[in-house]
Amino acid sequence: MIRFTAIRLLEIAAMLVLMSFVIYALIGLMPGDPIDLMRQADPHMTAADVARLKTVYGLNQPLLTRYLAWAGQALGGDLGYSRLFATPVWSALLPRLGNSLVLLGASFALAMMLALALGTAAARRPGSRLDGAINLLCFAGVSVPNFWLALVLILVFAAGLHWLPASGIATVGAGDLADRLRHLVLPVATLTLASAGGYTRYVRAAMREALAQDHIRTARAKGASEARIILHHALRSALIPVTTILALSFGGLVSGALVTETMFAYPGMGKLIFDAVMGNDYNLALAALLLATATTMLANLAADLAYGWLDPRVSYR
Amino acid sequence: MLLLAIAALSVAGPPVGAVLGIDPDAIDLLHRLAAPSLMHPLGTDELGRDVLQRLLAGGRVSLTIGLAAAFAAAAIGTLVGLVAGYRGGWIDRVLMRTTDAIIALPLLPLLIVLAALDLQKLGVPAWLARSDDISLVRIVALAVLVGWTTAARLVRGAALVTRNRDFVRAARSLGAGVRHILWVHILPNVLAPLIVATTLSVGDVILLESVLSFLGLGIQPPLASWGTMLSNAQELITTAPLLALYPGVMIFLTVIACNLLGDALQQRLDRRAAVRA
Repeated sequence: MIRFTAIRLLEIAAMLVLMSFVIYALIGLMPGDPIDLMRQADPHMTAADVARLKTVYGLNQPLLTRYLAWAGQALGGDLGYSRLFATPVWSALLPRLGNSLVLLGASFALAMMLALALGTAAARRPGSRLDGAINLLCFAGVSVPNFWLALVLILVFAAGLHWLPASGIATVGAGDLADRLRHLVLPVATLTLASAGGYTRYVRAAMREALAQDHIRTARAKGASEARIILHHALRSALIPVTTILALSFGGLVSGALVTETMFAYPGMGKLIFDAVMGNDYNLALAALLLATATTMLANLAADLAYGWLDPRVSYR
Repeated sequence: MLLLAIAALSVAGPPVGAVLGIDPDAIDLLHRLAAPSLMHPLGTDELGRDVLQRLLAGGRVSLTIGLAAAFAAAAIGTLVGLVAGYRGGWIDRVLMRTTDAIIALPLLPLLIVLAALDLQKLGVPAWLARSDDISLVRIVALAVLVGWTTAARLVRGAALVTRNRDFVRAARSLGAGVRHILWVHILPNVLAPLIVATTLSVGDVILLESVLSFLGLGIQPPLASWGTMLSNAQELITTAPLLALYPGVMIFLTVIACNLLGDALQQRLDRRAAVRA
């Protein structure tokens, strides 16, 4: 178990190193490098100035040399300076990671509760009208473009009914808890609705399988109550396949968060990545992408470990 | 059925529009944001373009991308999956690690970087990199890049199972070549789940296209797609909320049609296939 975790952590580290190099190389291929931008902004700059600046920043070095220099600094805890926010990358990154985790955590928990309830209800009576309705709802949830869902929610609840704020994380000047929660409602609702459909389908499939097993029939024969059968017997075995699927779905959740955060101007990692990429803020984009990847992979690992805890038959070699 | 209707309308839209003298790209600044009328059944947008015509033109773009990317991804995935599943060994291991990574990673943030790349710095000639249709090709390429894994895993799994089945062994002992075995004996066994997965991925690709276009990284003007229409409409959401409604409804209906079709096919073709992972 410890060995398994250690190996997986090593894999994650190796993956991150690989990713950092790929992203580093790719970012250099994006249009507009900072020196070009400076040159456009300042007509007095000459070609000699440009060359000098490129030497100062080491931009005339080969890619690998530049990457290694960056990696050396990054390992020392120095991720550089964000041009967009005019702060060190760390101080732009950390508060937004927190905001994103709040958004993701709340949406994930809500979507999961919704999926467990709906999926179980559907699996209990396969082919019934309820099952059909839930199935249709799931397809709707999977198929709806989440940015459009966000747009519709903004239209109805913010622009139309004026119930909830349309963007941001808190009203300027009034940052109490209730206010923050009000700002969370629409983004969380968007992300929850967009992901619950897929989860429900997995839960339903796993539940159906679980309910068809012999020990359920035995429990029924013993006269166990329906609630006990569902909660105690079926749910436990159904959770195992569901966990595997969930382990793979964090990446999708992070992708969804990018769109949702951008739509609601919610200052989280997703919006940060988008803004950094669009604004040619290389240091920030690189660090933010890596942080998002690392978070996703750690979440995957956590799900893998939970899998072993749920199913004693699984052994980690 | 719905899907067929949308496809037929999208194909038929331009000729009919041409007959009526309506160009989806024609700008009519005198009739901006017009209410629905006989000439413009769904009204006009912020530049006076006919919304219905643009919806249909956008539909053509979105459907083309969806179909092209889904098929290309299925073809590449099948090839990779066959090789990996049949050969096994280190090729198989490398492949499985790669697909694991692609499935688990937060793809959209990475795709945004890829979508923002300057093609000229990659060595694509300028005339091509600046042409109107390059955004279309780029989206298809991105969708294939992330989409091939599903097919690869499906085919690999089936190849792994059938590789040692008696009829394949018999074929091998009769001296059949590898290509023959893969093509005639193994591929037909994965066809059903493959068709289902491809149908489902058409919807996924259309969603991906719309998201990227919406963020301004997908289809570039003058080409219209449902995503770009939504992106334009977002700025006018208080003055003309209906403009934002139509493209979204179109995306939603198309994607849900693809998914329902895939689901129906799945129940028809292979009842035992696992829920899509």
